[in-house]
Amino acid sequence: MQLENAVTVAAAEPACPVAGGPTDSAAALTAALRTTGYLAGEQVARAAFLAVRMGRPLFCEGEPGTGKTALAQALAQVLGAELIRLQCHDGIDASQALYDWDFPRQLLHLRSLEAAAGSGQDRLDAGVVEASLYDRRFLLARPILRALQTSPSVLLIDEVDRADDEFEAFLLEVLSENAVTIPELGEVRAATPPLVVLTSNRTREVHDALKRRCLYLWLDHPDVTREVEILRSRLPGLPERLAEQVAAAVHELRDMDLIKPPGVAESLDWAQALLLVEATRLDLDSAAATLGAVLKYREDAERALQAMRSFLP
Amino acid sequence: MSIPQAAVPSAVHQPRTNPAPTGPAPAGRTADGTVGVLVGFTAVLRHAGLPVTTERVTAFLRAVGEFDVTDRADTYWAGRLTLCADPDDLPRYDLAFETWFDPTITTRMAPPDPERPLPSRMAALTAAPDSPGASGTEPAPEVPVAASGAELLRHQDLSELTAAEREHLRRMLAQLRPESPTRRSRRRRAARRGVPDPARTLRAALHAHGELGALRHRDCSVRPRKVVLLIDVSGSMEPYAGALLRFAHVVTRAAPNSTEVFTLGTRLTRITRELRLRDPEEALRGAATAIPDWSGGTRLGEVLRAFLERWGRRGAARRAVVVVFSDGWERDDAVLLGEQVALLSRLTHRLVWVNPHAGKTGYSPIQGGIAAVLPHLDDLLAGHSLATLESLLKVVRDA
Repeated sequence: MQLENAVTVAAAEPACPVAGGPTDSAAALTAALRTTGYLAGEQVARAAFLAVRMGRPLFCEGEPGTGKTALAQALAQVLGAELIRLQCHDGIDASQALYDWDFPRQLLHLRSLEAAAGSGQDRLDAGVVEASLYDRRFLLARPILRALQTSPSVLLIDEVDRADDEFEAFLLEVLSENAVTIPELGEVRAATPPLVVLTSNRTREVHDALKRRCLYLWLDHPDVTREVEILRSRLPGLPERLAEQVAAAVHELRDMDLIKPPGVAESLDWAQALLLVEATRLDLDSAAATLGAVLKYREDAERALQAMRSFLP
Repeated sequence: MSIPQAAVPSAVHQPRTNPAPTGPAPAGRTADGTVGVLVGFTAVLRHAGLPVTTERVTAFLRAVGEFDVTDRADTYWAGRLTLCADPDDLPRYDLAFETWFDPTITTRMAPPDPERPLPSRMAALTAAPDSPGASGTEPAPEVPVAASGAELLRHQDLSELTAAEREHLRRMLAQLRPESPTRRSRRRRAARRGVPDPARTLRAALHAHGELGALRHRDCSVRPRKVVLLIDVSGSMEPYAGALLRFAHVVTRAAPNSTEVFTLGTRLTRITRELRLRDPEEALRGAATAIPDWSGGTRLGEVLRAFLERWGRRGAARRAVVVVFSDGWERDDAVLLGEQVALLSRLTHRLVWVNPHAGKTGYSPIQGGIAAVLPHLDDLLAGHSLATLESLLKVVRDA
């Protein structure tokens, strides 16, 4: 089913023991995040620390490629929690986010009950049939329900701005209660509420009622020094000089009024592409050969190549 | 990212009543004086236009409690994470934080006012009590019969109205009933045809004692399509801008969740939030306050680029009906304008350009700006009168 693809479960190994560990202070959390390869600035560290301590969802907004999703992954690893991801899209509804019934199996079950009743002389009791049909074994837990049932867990609700208002209202209910009610089964409440990370690319304004319940984190592109660090920690084989050149060039590109300025994800792709073509330094030739990894508009690529003549060998 | 003086722990963090709480301290345990200062700070922010609610203030106090209350940077981030909700809030927050928590600054103690208020501009459409038109000292062309008067007024140029006519037009605008364009959503609803709906089929079978009856279906639902209004408020559009903002308010109120309104001048201003208010006068006052560049110059190309960067490409303009109200008078290079409109037209479902001059006899779109954008438009409409605005609504509805 198409939906299963939207759900990825990353088995996370606890980086540090949870008690007395990373959630004691913002500094400890920064250090713990660093061991997972996520280099958090003071703002991100404080935000994550507060989200853990206050039990509030973290609402991350920012340019694409500033590490919103990566933050949730790193947090799951640090907390030793399972990462459960819900990718939002236009038209997403409760049956895709929360739970659904396994209708084919229910129908089969119903048929077999009928067949059994047909051979014997008993009539089917509607109440008994219904109870056996809406049994837990026919319940398909979707990401949000799974996050409530799994403890500890980090629930990543990705690109919430792609969903519609009805879905937001529904999300609001789940997030404030940390519980859902399944009419046929009753309430499912989280033993320990999951740490919720919402991301938005600001394609539309998310309702304030939802934001109000969250900590608001605005993510910017990192500065050159941090970007070099990120490149080096994510791509251990990358020579320092090349990392510096890539970071500097990406910063030049970001200042160029491009249609789509490159994010950190793009500079990582670019560095990796340069490694693959076995470039030892960033010059016009290697840049032209790998530019497709960093710029995705023809207009941008043309302008960038023009501009690079001035700052690349 | 640079934080205004926040990275340096500061001794002036007032008032310092108790030593730094060790470990997590709930807000209630913080000294009253500190709570007072913090709550006072949130009041300043509310005044500056941030969405400060009681819930957010409580969260702020809790967040400060989790941190070291005497650490300036901790307080800064505790507030920024709990009290802001939009990137636009961040500069205002920074300014308020700087003023409130730095006693050395005495000149800027007043709550920061983000933009110069220009409320008087909105009076242009409504008759002022002592204006010549309203008092009757100047013979305004009287309308003999109400019905035909209204009909005449519908076709009259918005820039040539007397005060009394504007008042009349205001009421006629309020009576417009704009309908949203629609699109098919991927969200499915119960329907007579479409794909099978196992949930409803099974429930129906249960009601029939397990007998599977007719298959139930569900189909894509129809949702309102986004509408984006971009209104040029530069000097050359000034005679129309007031009426157009009023028109924008009517459209916004009809579908508040799927309409976005921006003004274009020397800079881009989003006035959707203001126009969502029910009362037109209040909404327009708010909008007028928000617009800092009323009847200034035009840098259409650059402002459109700002729109595309901050809103359009992210999704506000994607598959939307975008209506630009402008005479296309471009002070700068028309090439940039042409490029940006080309980009915009690739994102939109339908791009409509409304030019108040287009309805005048003898008009031809040869002027630099409008000539550059013309190849990329779906429609070029006139927008100088109520009747033309009504026909615009039809175009938008059928888009």
